[in-house]
Amino acid sequence: MFGWLDYVARYVVENILNIGVDTAIGSSIHFFIYDSLKIVILLSIMIFSISYVRSYFPPEKTKKILEKYSGVSGNVMASLLGIVTPFCSCSSVPLFIGFVEAGIPLGVTLSFLITSPIVNEAAFAVLLASFGWKIAMLYIISGVIIGVIGGVIIGKLKMEDQVEEYVYEIRSRARKIRKLTQKERLKFAVDNTKDIVKRVWLYILIGIGIGAIIHGYAPEAILAKYAGPNNPLAVIFATIIAVPLYSNALGTIPIAEALIGKGVGIGTALAFMMATTALSFPEAVLIRKVIKPKLIAAFFGITSIAIVITGYLFNILL
Amino acid sequence: MKIKILGMGCKKCTNVYENVKKAVEDLKIDAEIVKITDAAKIAEYIMSTPGVVFDDEVIFEGKVPSVEEIKNELSKL
Repeated sequence: MFGWLDYVARYVVENILNIGVDTAIGSSIHFFIYDSLKIVILLSIMIFSISYVRSYFPPEKTKKILEKYSGVSGNVMASLLGIVTPFCSCSSVPLFIGFVEAGIPLGVTLSFLITSPIVNEAAFAVLLASFGWKIAMLYIISGVIIGVIGGVIIGKLKMEDQVEEYVYEIRSRARKIRKLTQKERLKFAVDNTKDIVKRVWLYILIGIGIGAIIHGYAPEAILAKYAGPNNPLAVIFATIIAVPLYSNALGTIPIAEALIGKGVGIGTALAFMMATTALSFPEAVLIRKVIKPKLIAAFFGITSIAIVITGYLFNILL
Repeated sequence: MKIKILGMGCKKCTNVYENVKKAVEDLKIDAEIVKITDAAKIAEYIMSTPGVVFDDEVIFEGKVPSVEEIKNELSKL
């Protein structure tokens, strides 16, 4: 699908810059041109399509759908809807309140809150660009599984008393869901695409830049030794390092791509990526307004453990 | 009239506030604009922030409306 891009990048490096693509600098520049174009193209297409689908699932509708499911099927539904419901981390509090008020079980609500940030359309697009369909799909599937398991465990722990009391007293005004026209849906998708691309392009380019340098210059043997699939601690370290890097999540993928090319485990890289988006300190601060520290700890603890386990699974399977 | 901007204070909410202010100034409407940051109050109206409420009706939710869009809604009143 992107053969032509490889040709364009090759042409620029060999014919315009007059450098061999097999030299360190040539291969770095080729990587940079090829990857930036590919990622920006796929990012725009993916965000546009996913945003369009999202226009059909506003949070109000998601809440209505979830009210109909009980037991583990509720967790599965919540996790799946976590992918398609448009919502940014600033909305997690009102959304949480809305779900609790509708009588949706705490575990089901948490399934939604765990999967939603893990499976992120921009991350999906960048993964697809860097690693292809197989890994991109595995990323979504494992995000859903992590959400389901996390939610089920929290449900079993019976932590309803860990929700701030005032949440149970809120009564929202009944509102009808506004029906959008096709034109409005397309506008929503276009606006969203512009908004996300504008916010992330610089991080991605920086990430690709670092990736390009790694691609041309990083010492393979050392990386494979310390971060390769055979080092059992690599996944845990990757997850821990990822938490404070929240805002640069997308830039990390091209870096990961280059590192994997140099022998770093795929599971290690994926765990790193999931942890950057799923476990954010700002979200913990926000969500503290509605849930008590014990439940926050359970939320973060279970999610990190699930991410680490997924990382190991990928390292073993791929 | 009273215009409420609902949001817990991230950049998007600030942008909405600026856009609403601009729209109100452009149309020379006599309106009081208030920021609502209290989670409980926000949740009474919407599930995804930022939101804009005219008097008691939710007009925008989960997006940053442009000055034009806000003007359009204001002129419908």
